[in-house]
Parts: sequence; structure tokens; C-alpha cells
Amino acid sequence: MQLSQNMITTGKTETGRETFVLNLGPQHPATHGVLRVKLEMDGEYVMRAEPVCGYIHRMHEKMGENRTYAQFLPNTSRIDYLSAMHYTHAFVGVVERAAGIEVPPRAEYIRVITSELNRISSHLVWFGAFLLDLGGFTPLLYAFDDREKIMDLLEGITGARLTYCYYRFGGLCNDVDEEFLTGTRAFVKHMRPRLEMYRKLVTDNIILRKRLEGIGPISAEMCRKYGATGPVIRGSGVPCDVRKVEPYSVYPELDFDIPHFPECDCMARYHVRMEEMEQSLRIIEQAVAKLPDGPYIAPKVPKAVKPPPGDYYYAVEAARGRFAVRIVSDGKEIPYRVKLRTPSFANLTLFGEASQGMLLPDALAVMGSLDLVIPDIDR
Amino acid sequence: MIPSLDELQAAFLKLTATTTPPQTGGEVQALPAEGQPAASPPPPSPVQVVDPKAKGYHLDVTVAPDQVVAAAQVADQFGFGMDTITGMDWMAVGQMEVVYDFFHPASVLHLVIRTRIPRDKPELPTIQGVFPGANWHERETHEFFGIKFLGHPDLTPLLLPEDADYHPLRKDFTGAA
Repeated sequence: MQLSQNMITTGKTETGRETFVLNLGPQHPATHGVLRVKLEMDGEYVMRAEPVCGYIHRMHEKMGENRTYAQFLPNTSRIDYLSAMHYTHAFVGVVERAAGIEVPPRAEYIRVITSELNRISSHLVWFGAFLLDLGGFTPLLYAFDDREKIMDLLEGITGARLTYCYYRFGGLCNDVDEEFLTGTRAFVKHMRPRLEMYRKLVTDNIILRKRLEGIGPISAEMCRKYGATGPVIRGSGVPCDVRKVEPYSVYPELDFDIPHFPECDCMARYHVRMEEMEQSLRIIEQAVAKLPDGPYIAPKVPKAVKPPPGDYYYAVEAARGRFAVRIVSDGKEIPYRVKLRTPSFANLTLFGEASQGMLLPDALAVMGSLDLVIPDIDR
Repeated sequence: MIPSLDELQAAFLKLTATTTPPQTGGEVQALPAEGQPAASPPPPSPVQVVDPKAKGYHLDVTVAPDQVVAAAQVADQFGFGMDTITGMDWMAVGQMEVVYDFFHPASVLHLVIRTRIPRDKPELPTIQGVFPGANWHERETHEFFGIKFLGHPDLTPLLLPEDADYHPLRKDFTGAA
């Protein structure tokens, strides 16, 4: 029998004990936004869980059908506000694919550098917030200190601290300066010892390990059937990463690994993200060293892009997993249909099954390990 | 199991060979109403290999509405994962299109399965028995387009308000635009 929000009611357990309904959210610190979960509880144990979404639904897809491609571009950075670079990358990517726009290599390299910086800043928010969920307050302050450095770097070139709209069809809105490149090199130098410190202080901490190891098993098969991607599927031992599996941009020219851990528990998903930050530093280091000279935007990109009729698809690896855009063009300036496939939405679908029979604090640990961003679910 | 494009194409050709192609007949081009685009012309074969550089996917399969479960089973056998499900409203030709995307965890292949249903009776079977992750995607497609997934356990609105009786992504919905 499938779960339904209408079916979450009080009842009896198999042994005849009475159950009760617990309402979590929509304003709850552990859900990091306006997500509501209805839980049927047997004491401290979750019997059934049903997420209730839509509290900040904005209908981005309909907005896409009402404005030109260029006008819709800033919307994409508001879907997952922690991972804006990846989302704008997917949208400019699909429009470039549809309209046949060639992107100069310098622009692609800068896209990779800024995307990976954004991935680290997103994972740092997760790191701080996840540990906060588990009761550790201090790591958040350290993580936000490091994240501030990334935000300053990106603010210098994009003008925004969070909802970047830096990419343009055919390239970027402006070139990077020497200050950014020097700052990025310095950040990589600064971040490596910090990650080492996080490992010593947090990852190897026995309290954290006891709290996360063996908790919240999510199998690789379950990820595939539910469409869970990103650190969730990689924490189930599958090295599935769009950057390697369906390569885009200049990622094939860079040397990096896809961290994956076979334990399938919350600790594995924790390890994936921590190692991913190191891999992102590797990518940034190489991309800065290899950064070619040349134009930062393709010449002669039309002001009003009119892709030939047809449907086009483009997927990127965002911080939370696979983000994809499908556009359907009818040859006009305004898209006929824009479909946004967001990773948090797919990752949350398995929460109902994954949290069954779990202690409530453990279920919240699983929710934290999924790294949900609510506007990304609700769109 | 890592499929090859040829194996995949053969499996879907076998599946689609049993029925007549879905209703994307001659009237599709004949009726491009004012302000509405003509629906794309029917593909010559229901199974098409496309250029991933230009399109972003490798195989484009068109099936009849009653074949979607069988098609999802083929995708499942080849180890595909549920990517997304969405609808498209071809109001000018009185049709709705449902598009199923599948990614592969270990291979570059991206699979698209699509089907057309009449706009005045948009119904087709659910595939959430094959891919449980389809549950929410179908629920979303139902609330946005009014497409009914037969056998789906819970088609109450997911993202829209619980009393929503409108379908905002239909082309004739202009209330909030």
C-alpha cells in the first residue's frame, strides 16, 4: 500500500499499541526551510512519514513560458539558491545546445572554476547545518567562515553573493580579473588544511561516528528506482556523477575522482561530500592553471535567441545531484515549455521508505544527509 | 547491466512493433491554429537514435499510451534510473504528451520515452509499480496538466494548494500569467 497524506492517522501497531501523529514543520529548524512532514509514530519510532511540499511553490515552469530565454535566466539561480552556478549552467547549456552556440574555451574554464567554488560553498553550508541538526553548534561557525571567502570571491566577479547570474548564452557576463585568480589560488591553499582540520575535529569524532554509522541505509537499487542522485547515490557505492557519466563543459579535460562509498549509511553520504570538496579544489587548481586566453563570450550571439523547433535536454551535476533542463522550442523567442528536473525533489521521494521504523532523531539525521533545499523541491 | 545502444534499440523496436504507432497522424500538421505551434511531425520510426550532442539524449522512443508500463519495464531491465516525468500540452492539435526521462547510473546513455493522449480524455497507466520514484513525478504532472494516471494511489496536489482545481501548465490557463 502506498503512503498518502490523507492516510497518516492514528492507529494501532501490530502488537496493539496505539500510535500518534506528529507534525514536523513547516516551520521547524531541522527541515531548513518550509518543508512539512507528517509522521505516524509508535513512541519514538517512525512508522510512516509523508512529506508535504509546496509551501514556497513559485511555478517557475509557467514563468518560463511567459518570457524570453534571456529573461528566464535569472529565475534558474533562484531554484536552488545554494547551487546557483550549476543551475544557470544547465540553462545556458540547453539554450546553447538548442541554438547551436559555440562557447569559447576560456568561458568554459571559468564556468568550471566558479561552479566548483559554488559546490564547495554549498557543501560547507550542508556541513554546518547537518552538524547543527545533530547537536554540534561549533562547526557551523567554522564552515561559514570559509564560505565567506568563496562568497567574497564570487561577489567580486558576479556582483551577487548567492543568486549568481554570471553565465550568458555563449559565455559569461564579464571576464575574471587577476584579483579573482590570485584570490582563488590563495583560497585553495587556505582550504586544504581546513579540510584536514575538519577531518580531525569532526569526521574522526567518535560521537559523530556513533551517531551516523549504520544509520539510514539507502541501497543503490533504491536510489536507481527513486531517481536519487548526487551524494545520495554515491553514498550507496555507485560512482554516478554527470560530470563523468554524461560529460559536459570541459570536465573531460580535467583530472578528478568521483568519491563513492559502499556503506549506504549517513556516514557514507557525509564522506562523499567531504571528499568532493577536496576533488573540487583539485579541479579548481587545474582549471586556473590551464585557463586559456581568448574571448570570454562568443561573438554574435543574437539578443533574442530563437532555437529551431524541437526539444533539447541538458543535465549538470549540481551540489545535490542531477539537475536537468528540458526546453521545447517552437522557433519563437519564448520557449513553448521549460521543464526543470531538480535533485532535491527526487532525493526526497525516498524519505518515506528510508525512514520507516527509525528513531525520530535518526530520521532527522537521514533528512540532513539528503541535503534538501526546499525551493529546489517546490520550484 | 550496461546496455549498448543497439541492444536498447532492438528491445524497444520489439516492443513497439506489436501496435500501431500512437495517434500523431496527418491531422497534426493540418491544424496549427493561430498562435499555436504545429506539433512535431510524427517520427518515421517509433524508435529513433538521435545525436546526443544536439539533443542531450540518445534514444527517443514513442509508444502507445497502454505500452508505457511495458516500456518502463524494458528501461528497468537495462538498469536505467528514474529521471523525470513531465507533460506537454499540444492544445492546437488536441493532444497531451507525456515524456519519461531515464538516466543510467553507469553509462552515458539517456533514454526518452514519450506518448500522446487525447487532450479531452488525458488518461494513461501509472508506472509507479516499476519505478516507485515515478509516484511524485506523476502526481506533479497530474496537478500541472490534469493528466490522470490510472492506478496511481494518490493524485492529490503535491505542490499546488490542496484545494487546487486548475491545471496551470495547460496552454489555456492564463489566469496567473
